[in-house]
Amino acid sequence: MVMLIDILATGLMAIGAFFVFVGGLGALRMPDFYTRMHAASLTDSAGPIFILSGLMVQSESYLVAVKLFAVLVFLLITAPTASNALASASLLAGNKPGLAVKRSSAE
Amino acid sequence: MIELFNVFLMSMLIITALAMVSSRHLFVTVMLSGFFSLLIAAIFLLLDAADVALTEAAVGAGISTVLFLGALALMDVEETVRGEKWIRIFSLFVVAVTTLALVYAAFEQPAFGDPNAPIHQHVAPWYIQHVPIHMDIPNIVTGILGSYRGYDTLGEVFVVFTAGIGVLSILGDPVKNRRQRVVKKAGLRHYLIPRLVGRTLIPFIVLFGLYVQFHGEYSPGGGFQAGAIIAAAIILFAILEGEDQALKIIPMRGLYFLMASGALLYAGVGVATMLMGGRFLEYGVLADTMVAGQQWGILLIEAGVGMTVTGVLLTIFHAFAARSNL
Repeated sequence: MVMLIDILATGLMAIGAFFVFVGGLGALRMPDFYTRMHAASLTDSAGPIFILSGLMVQSESYLVAVKLFAVLVFLLITAPTASNALASASLLAGNKPGLAVKRSSAE
Repeated sequence: MIELFNVFLMSMLIITALAMVSSRHLFVTVMLSGFFSLLIAAIFLLLDAADVALTEAAVGAGISTVLFLGALALMDVEETVRGEKWIRIFSLFVVAVTTLALVYAAFEQPAFGDPNAPIHQHVAPWYIQHVPIHMDIPNIVTGILGSYRGYDTLGEVFVVFTAGIGVLSILGDPVKNRRQRVVKKAGLRHYLIPRLVGRTLIPFIVLFGLYVQFHGEYSPGGGFQAGAIIAAAIILFAILEGEDQALKIIPMRGLYFLMASGALLYAGVGVATMLMGGRFLEYGVLADTMVAGQQWGILLIEAGVGMTVTGVLLTIFHAFAARSNL
């Protein structure tokens, strides 16, 4: 049973780490601000879901699990809001999505 | 494994510091300084210094970034390089010598985790032994800061208070500055999603602040952190709804009152202990037993710390915001 929990927790955390890594890679490699931001938002939405679930599975008491769950809920509410605020602020400042501009100028 | 984390965080710390120095754009520098604080908070946490980590995260990464941004709104975001060339070379020389002296001094430091280090031999064992006897609280850090080192903490509160007075005397009365302005601050009222989410979160942030305030004897926390968290909640409200609305909830007079009465409460506890026959800030005389008196004393002075910190941080925020035309 303990081993099963360990495997489950490690697996979940590995998936979470993968998403964080992909997010970091995307933030470096994507072509323009919005796509980079989209990739970076992965690190605080999909990443924590799996990492914190992994930690919850592994936690010793229910209290710790509930606290981690509260952190997760807090992150899932605030992180997309921050991304939204960032994107709308950028759009308001006149930063056009790069891919759309490229396509319209090509036509 | 934990050494790996430490090495990683320390390297990130140095990279961030170098990036901060090399950046000429002050907005970038401010953001990086927040990141720096967050990194160092993680290092503190790895060193099991949860109280310091919480302070660093709340004050360094949270409030100071906001206050720096408030200051940036009043000035140019590009750093201007000034001074003669020899002055710059001279300052580089001074910094280099200081760094080398610090590095040299580091060799004399005891190794990390050395049980014979003076910090583990000097007063720490006494504190660990006597906190349960004197005040019976689980968080030894709160015991040291609140009671044994009560004078130092009183000094810190007055430093914070003085900082608030200093900002006010430089930037002027926010209420007067406000009247001169024509454009009213509207906040983020037209942004539905941040506003809605922010409004939902503010009560929970305040609740968490109060938890940190009154649970400081049992878990990491205390007046400084709680003051920063509650001030952050109200600054968030001011950003979302406009500063005028925030001033309707707690007007400047209320903030001045909060600032002064917190420091007064702390010093007043000291005077009260003197009147009751003890020494200054000797809480033991406040109640029938030593333990109960100490607990009352710590509770009261932490409340004073929290009031002053909230008051000062919000005063500084309003002083900056009243001047800016954002």
